[in-house]
Amino acid sequence: MDIREKYLKNYENKTIFSLGNEAVVYGALFAGCNFFAGYPITPSSEIAKVMARELPKVDGYCLQMEDEIASIAAVIGASWSGAKAMTATSGPGFSLMMENIGYAVMTETPCVIVNVQRSGPSTGQATKPAQGDIMQARWGTHGDHEIIALSPSSVQECFDLAIECFNLAERYRTPVIFLMDGEIAHLREKLVIPPLKNIHVVERKKAKAEENIFGGKLVPPMSEIGEGKFIHVTGSTHKEDGMRDIESQLVHDTLVRRLYAKVDQNREKIVKTEERFLEDAKTAVVAYGATARPAFGAVLKMRNKKIGFMRLITIWPFPKKQIMRLGEKVERIYVPELNLGQVSREIERFVNCEVVPISKIGGIPHTVDEIYHFIKEKEQW
Amino acid sequence: MVIDKQEQRMIKYLRREVLPTTFCQGCGCGTILNAYVKALDDLEIDPREVVSVTGIGCSSWIPSPNFHGDTLHTTHGRAIAFATGVKVMKPDMKVVVIAGDGDLIGIGGNHLMHAARRNIGVTVFLVNNFVYGMTGGQSSPTTPMGIPTASSPYKNIESPFNIAEVVSACGANYVARWTTYHVFSLVDSMKHAIQKKGFSFVEIISQCPMNYGRYVKRRTGVELLQYFKENSINVEKAKDMSEDELNGKFVVGELIERNRREFTEQLRVLNKKIIQKNLG
Amino acid sequence: MIKINEKLCKGCSICVYFCPVGVLKTSEKLNRKGYFLPTPVREDKCTKCRFCEQICPEFAIHITDE
Ligand SMILES: Cc1ncc(C[n+]2csc(CCOP(=O)(O)OP(=O)(O)O)c2C)c(N)n1
Ligand code: SF4
Ligand code: SF4
Ligand code: SF4
Ligand SMILES: [Mg+2]
Repeated sequence: MDIREKYLKNYENKTIFSLGNEAVVYGALFAGCNFFAGYPITPSSEIAKVMARELPKVDGYCLQMEDEIASIAAVIGASWSGAKAMTATSGPGFSLMMENIGYAVMTETPCVIVNVQRSGPSTGQATKPAQGDIMQARWGTHGDHEIIALSPSSVQECFDLAIECFNLAERYRTPVIFLMDGEIAHLREKLVIPPLKNIHVVERKKAKAEENIFGGKLVPPMSEIGEGKFIHVTGSTHKEDGMRDIESQLVHDTLVRRLYAKVDQNREKIVKTEERFLEDAKTAVVAYGATARPAFGAVLKMRNKKIGFMRLITIWPFPKKQIMRLGEKVERIYVPELNLGQVSREIERFVNCEVVPISKIGGIPHTVDEIYHFIKEKEQW
Repeated sequence: MVIDKQEQRMIKYLRREVLPTTFCQGCGCGTILNAYVKALDDLEIDPREVVSVTGIGCSSWIPSPNFHGDTLHTTHGRAIAFATGVKVMKPDMKVVVIAGDGDLIGIGGNHLMHAARRNIGVTVFLVNNFVYGMTGGQSSPTTPMGIPTASSPYKNIESPFNIAEVVSACGANYVARWTTYHVFSLVDSMKHAIQKKGFSFVEIISQCPMNYGRYVKRRTGVELLQYFKENSINVEKAKDMSEDELNGKFVVGELIERNRREFTEQLRVLNKKIIQKNLG
Repeated sequence: MIKINEKLCKGCSICVYFCPVGVLKTSEKLNRKGYFLPTPVREDKCTKCRFCEQICPEFAIHITDE
């Protein structure tokens, strides 16, 4: 039994009272994470703190870098050296990472970037939760690209989805963003760690000797530094063998469309949502992350009405089909979120029914009653 | 590997199909590539054990795509940070960063300082051509005072960094400076740097005839090299010279050699202890 | 022997100018790419110090043992 297995055996089947940020670390460890680089920032700091304590126990490496740019850079370097690598940050640090997230997209580097969203813009309310980085996660780095982002609504999901983030990163050879929020990160609740054998971990697909690692397949296999393959990794437009070609329109078009397609065409495989009471619903609430909790509470309070609930677990790629179906079914969709309407605007692109944002900013999450009264009033129930 | 007898021997280390290089006529970048592969050849290092990490700029094109080895061509200024991740996971490999003054001192200066402080076993060859070459000759953190550039058309009024001294002060295990004229010493120094445990650093003063030469009225590689040759002073000799006497001179030689403990080695020792303790 | 690789040489004349004993000269005629190549004019004086080989930015000149 190797060191990691021994370590994980100690945790399997255990029920612990855990912080969201802590659960992320355990999830990462179960997913095989062996490299972490970060820079302190509230409300993500506990992730680095627990990583620094736990990662060496499985013979992994935890580095505190000089800034977030260096953190994501080290993560990408480690990933190309065979590591399952992750970084964690919050708003301002996430902003600093943008250029290198684009590099990871362009070079198809599997890695996980945790962004514990806090109230912005700028330093905003450093200690307060928010969901204001939804669009930044999608479009923060320049140029056409697709991105995968998941959002947990419970401590259990911090664990489960952290594993899923690593798996998606490996399966699609792409950076994956774990879009948490300060509320879930600092929530302490029950975490059940499943038996090791029930945890599915996706391993990296290695390229054969003469296989191209930047094309040929929708998701090409990967080689790592030091294998003697003499790999050439560049964020510039490159051919299937990795060699730079910044002149040809065809090469760029082929590359960038493939990077886009590998997420877009696998949308149905990636997307996860949770649907409740939608069978006969005429009204729906769509929510995600911390906001999904009071939103669902409000829906429960209105069970005598035809109101249903959809929770987005995957934020990007957007659950297009699920939302379209919902739009055909209901007359109105309420979208409570801790921003001025980022997901609600995205929903509007796919439905003809009315979309009503229930926006709240300022660092205090919605209460059940707030959402309940808002909807009741609007529906005149 | 079959070596064409008509070719320079070191071409065997290059991606032949990309030659000649994309560098301008007389550019120092090619000479540095030449020295780099000669150093590896002299040391009999298998290219499979080397990874070249570069940033953005002409200097970053020295190994990428020319050198036939693992190459991570990263973002502007961040090569050292990428290399840190590589070295931690691949401690037995030679991790070599090659990039320019704008890249490593300007936008990426912070990473340079911290890598030297951490004393991570990365070798940095900093190509100092006193200018942002690739973007058209803007002033860089090493542009001498008084010189006009594309971004300081009247003259540069900022003081340049003495970057080798800075890196030395940050704690690097090996620091040297040479110019592209001193090719044999440069090769020796590169060899030393590659072999040295801990952070090693060679500042290579290099010519950019295209975008620096025109501002100092030395428009060819030959003229700039002649200038390097005439104005270089060995560090031993420089010790007895005053600051005034050294003004405008290039102090060349090995500036520091020490043996602080290497970072990734310490990480591994620490991990071993933690694991032992944790598993009883 | 001094060998010049016509395909690689960019005619920078660095080898010509810095050969310690003046073995090389820049030729009068352009090569196909429009560069003036170096030519050995006093090959007998060559000390095989290989300075030209090491400083050439294009790997275009080398000294063979013949
Ligand atoms: C983030 C970012 N900012 C600016 C640039 C544009 N840029 C490309 S090369 C370069 C300068 C490179 O100068 P230096 O590192 O000295 O290399 P040289 O070309 O002189 O060898 C700059 C500013 C960039 N690529 N990325
Ligand atoms: S611009 Fe300057 S540094 Fe860049 S290739 Fe030309 S001469 Fe070399
Ligand atoms: S130094 Fe090299 S490129 Fe320049 S002229 Fe001589 S052979 Fe040609
Ligand atoms: S080997 Fe030395 S002496 Fe001979 S041509 Fe080259 S530089 Fe001149
Ligand atoms: Mg420069």
